[in-house]
Amino acid sequence: MNDMRDLYQQLILDHNKSPRNKGPLENSTSRAVGHNPLCGDRIEVALRLDGDMIADIKFEGSGCAISQASASMMTTVLKGFSTGRAQELFEKFHAMLTGDGGDMEQLGKLAALADVYKFPARVKCAMLPWRTLEASLDSQPAMISTE
Amino acid sequence: MIDHPVALDPARIRPDFPALAMQVHGHPLAYLDNAATTQKPNQVLEVVDDYYRHSNANVHRAIYELGTRATEAYEGARQKAADFIGADSRSIIFTRGTTEAINLVAYAWGRKELHPGDEVLLTEIEHHSNLVPWQLAVKDTGATLRHIPLGADQSLDLTNLDDLLSSRTRLVALGHQSNALGNVNPVAQIIRRAREVGALVLLDGAQAAPHFPIDVSALDCDFYALSGHKMLGPTGVGLLYGRRDLLESMDPFMGGGEMISSVTLDSAEWNEVPWKFEAGTPNIAQAIGLGAAVDYLTALGMDRVRQTIDDLSAYAAEVLGALPGVTLYGDAATRSGALSFNMEGVHPHDMAQFLDGVGIAVRAGHHCAQPLMERLGVSATTRASFQIYNTREEIDRLGVAVREAAAFMLGV
Ligand SMILES: Cc1ncc(COP(=O)(O)O)c(C=O)c1O
Repeated sequence: MNDMRDLYQQLILDHNKSPRNKGPLENSTSRAVGHNPLCGDRIEVALRLDGDMIADIKFEGSGCAISQASASMMTTVLKGFSTGRAQELFEKFHAMLTGDGGDMEQLGKLAALADVYKFPARVKCAMLPWRTLEASLDSQPAMISTE
Repeated sequence: MIDHPVALDPARIRPDFPALAMQVHGHPLAYLDNAATTQKPNQVLEVVDDYYRHSNANVHRAIYELGTRATEAYEGARQKAADFIGADSRSIIFTRGTTEAINLVAYAWGRKELHPGDEVLLTEIEHHSNLVPWQLAVKDTGATLRHIPLGADQSLDLTNLDDLLSSRTRLVALGHQSNALGNVNPVAQIIRRAREVGALVLLDGAQAAPHFPIDVSALDCDFYALSGHKMLGPTGVGLLYGRRDLLESMDPFMGGGEMISSVTLDSAEWNEVPWKFEAGTPNIAQAIGLGAAVDYLTALGMDRVRQTIDDLSAYAAEVLGALPGVTLYGDAATRSGALSFNMEGVHPHDMAQFLDGVGIAVRAGHHCAQPLMERLGVSATTRASFQIYNTREEIDRLGVAVREAAAFMLGV
């Protein structure tokens, strides 16, 4: 049970139950769909870029608590970021999930997902929204898969 | 009065399975993922170990004593497996498992016998291993796939079977029992109708063989596939039963040693059936282990195995079905062995994670049946599946933990 509270921190349960920025985004400039075939999770990330700045970001889709909370937290953090800073944060987040430690301070509330690295089967779930984001920032919008 | 076989006593069975004594995250392991693979009894582990210690040699080739022992044990296992499903040993091909057995038919029979306009009839609830090989085969041959649909009661809907079956149908291939829903399919009825249009029948017995007695001649099927690891045996071995005349007329699946009788630089003549289909050094130890698993199950009696698993499955449906927010899947009339469910508001992945935290091993996902999940309108389910060593106490623990998982995840 203690393990469970490490993985499912209160913040994660909260974002899962009441996801932020979930729904269709009007006037999006780029979007991508991410899919985790193993568990059937499917997430769509939509962005409105203002020049190089993420003016708005929303997500849709269904999945486990880890992927839903990760998507929700990602959208709250990234609004107002430049795409370059978003890419930097992606790297830091990825480093945290693969147990490379990294710069937890800069990750702010995303650090709530830090213990996911102890559950290797779930790393993909937490990464799914971020990989989808990365695909949406790519010039060619794509369908990505975590497999 | 119907005489029910007596269910087995888990207290007598469990000591045979060393893995069941493990603790996981500080809790006794409750292994409820038997549809994925089963645990192995000492009787199997010892035979495999003993083979490597005292009989290890390649089969069918060595003149010396060890080679004779290995060959006798390997062919003895073939005989045991044949007896287990009511077949002649010459119609049993050892494969890596069900997947390879079905692929063998899809290549060696399908690529030769299927032509444009021909049809292969499957169902909407097949394991991917009885779907994808046929998708590949019809792509290569120009034949067409059709599917028996799932009805509203979550059993196969045979209403339009007469339209689905015709003189164009060359093969009907379906699961004897569904790994995702637990349904035992009405194969007798389907086989009878398939015969009327002259179609062959392949049964995927991966879930049925560990669960109830199988008699391929009474079933009147042409091919039957199963996996050793799902019936208390080792991984890496399974078998294909095929009707002898069909096996004789099929070309080999793979080329190599063992499957030939004579070879020149330009051509080869095939060995006799079934060795024609066993190219290369087989999984000898695993096949012998499968023979030991068959001995183990046969000694217990497959009627009693079935009764035990049916009782546990019915009890699990009762326990989980009584929980608010739980949906059970599958056809309640025939479902056994595997029980798929979902708890409202809790994703199956989170459910399985939570259950692991209290030592309960279940499966979450699409169970290699994505079209079925789509049909059910879910992305995944949680599945508990049972074997003779499971207990009612484990199912009680499952019920408590499923309720706790909902309380934890939803904060109520
Ligand atoms: C119904 C069914 N068919 C086929 C398979 C494939 O078996 P294997 O992976 O042993 O080849 C399985 C097991 O996952 C199954 O449950």
